[in-house]
Amino acid sequence: MANVTLRNVRKTYTGGFEAIKGVNVDVADGQFCVLVGPSGCGKSTLLRMVAGLETVTGGEIDIGGRVVNQIEPADRDIAMVFQNYALYPHMSVYNNMAYGLRNRGMAEAEIKTRVEEAARVLELSAMLERKPRQLSGGQRQRVAMGRAIVRQPKVFLFDEPLSNLDAKLRISMRVEIRKLQRRLNVTSIYVTHDQLEAMTLADILVVMNGGQVEQVGNPLAIYEKPATTFVASFIGAPPMNLMSTRPDEIKSQLGGSATDAGIVGIRPEDFAITDQTPAGGVALPLTVEAIERVGAETFVYGSRQHEDQRVAATPGELPPGEIIVRIPGTEAPAIGAKIRVAAVRQKLHLFSGDGRTRIEA
Amino acid sequence: MQKQAIFQSKLLPYALVAPQLAIVLIFFYWPALQAVIQSFLLQDAFGLSTTFVWFDNYIELFRDPAYFEAIVRTFFFSFAIAISSLSFALLLAVMADKPLRGSMLYRTLLIWPYAVAPPVVGVLWIFMLHPSLGVVSRYLRAAGVDWNPLLDGNQAAALIILAAAWKQISYNFLFFLAGLQAIPRSVFEAAAIDGARPMRRFWTVTFPLLSPTIFFLLVVNIVYAFFDTFGIIDTMTRGGPGTSTVTLVYKVYSDGLLGGNLGSSAAQSVILMIMVIVLTGIQFRFVERKVTY
Repeated sequence: MANVTLRNVRKTYTGGFEAIKGVNVDVADGQFCVLVGPSGCGKSTLLRMVAGLETVTGGEIDIGGRVVNQIEPADRDIAMVFQNYALYPHMSVYNNMAYGLRNRGMAEAEIKTRVEEAARVLELSAMLERKPRQLSGGQRQRVAMGRAIVRQPKVFLFDEPLSNLDAKLRISMRVEIRKLQRRLNVTSIYVTHDQLEAMTLADILVVMNGGQVEQVGNPLAIYEKPATTFVASFIGAPPMNLMSTRPDEIKSQLGGSATDAGIVGIRPEDFAITDQTPAGGVALPLTVEAIERVGAETFVYGSRQHEDQRVAATPGELPPGEIIVRIPGTEAPAIGAKIRVAAVRQKLHLFSGDGRTRIEA
Repeated sequence: MQKQAIFQSKLLPYALVAPQLAIVLIFFYWPALQAVIQSFLLQDAFGLSTTFVWFDNYIELFRDPAYFEAIVRTFFFSFAIAISSLSFALLLAVMADKPLRGSMLYRTLLIWPYAVAPPVVGVLWIFMLHPSLGVVSRYLRAAGVDWNPLLDGNQAAALIILAAAWKQISYNFLFFLAGLQAIPRSVFEAAAIDGARPMRRFWTVTFPLLSPTIFFLLVVNIVYAFFDTFGIIDTMTRGGPGTSTVTLVYKVYSDGLLGGNLGSSAAQSVILMIMVIVLTGIQFRFVERKVTY
């Protein structure tokens, strides 16, 4: 049991590339922390630094009250699950799980108890004598999990463990991982680029971009109050609609209190098709360009009738002027139809012109 | 699914493979057949008459203690060359597999010796280790070693093994490096997190995962030591002093071309041929057993 604290952690490669630009995160004992961000944002590098597989060039990594910057991976009392599982191909499932315990000189009887217990929990008991190549993807994933839990480490590290599985298995394994972590109550750090995985797993969510932390917090709190336009567009699917407040049409609707804001964001689900204009809210006339009916809901892709530049925001960027609206699955406007959508004041997200600061109206 | 090329004419495919077939037939099958026939013949001392003697040449060979010595010597040389070359190449490959500055240069330099022809290798080492010309010999003698491979059979044998192993390191290094790079990095990282120290990691993870490569190279190295060392032996020691560096392949040459005993020489080459076939068979049989990641 341990908390993990990152204090101003930096990583600069020889050659000057700065992969991690000063990260501060505090994961309390037993918490499930998810690092999420687009590829290349440094989340995997950060995880590997916690594991000890990458050197730390600045700041401190603290596991259970001990600064581990200079400590070998083996001595950090962590276990890691890799994206490609990294099972030892020449060893049986049993030996894969026992390997780490044998290296630590544990008695064979104790090893047997632990491996069999882990195998029982992960439903691998019938496969202990098999080699990894004789297992399916999901089974290999469970062996990798088993290898981590038999060690009874202070911290679990997960590096995109589900991204090699098919969609259906990914969802069931996601639930399994969460249940297992709750039961074992081991501090965990989990890296993913999938915002849905991040939202569902995390006690504490760390959104990263370009080697920096954009926002840390409870997943729902982040969803409700994204701190930057990056977080706003990265968390939530489909992404939040972001618009410049410069056009008079929008500025006049927002009123004087929001004059500092350069960007206004509205989630697709916060729009409603209506002729009314809520006070202080935003109403937009749209031409329907495309619709996606997925059953429970319908996504309407509309273009603004008035000329306007949509604020560029990565990722999930839309062509300028395009707005996504989510409406109940029972409704479906015709393509080419002129509609009017509106969002109430409380559902607006206001940001400074550079998108780096959230403004509370 | 097998890919099949479609030809308009039935003759065209045969015409296309004909040049390659001709080379194989003229340079491999024809001489091999000649050797088999020759091995059943006995020529008189002046080459005037030839008699068909069935297996007399073979029987003679197996009664000859010198032939047995050559067999034992060849096996000893082969294993010595294979083991020393393999272990040194593996050591270098493991070191070169790390992300080092200038690793490309290091790798390129390590591959160079493979481009050197065996006789040149022999000359190169002679220049360094010749008792009167050699640069290294001077230091050896200064260090109190009675270094004279021209007189001392064991030293001559060591010299041959050294030169032959050195040349083969490049080849082995290449295969080991490729083998190491085929293993996902995360497997080593998992082992590091699992508490395995570098030495233990090597013996419990790297070595078993490389075992198909090691086995393949062992066979290749033995074949190399059996046959391709001819150039090295011929330039360095000519089988001497005495017969202390005469291997099977050198004996084929010295008995046949220098000694004029064509029948016995042919019989020896037929035996060598059978050995190669067996070795290649073993290799094909086991090389399929691959490790999957």
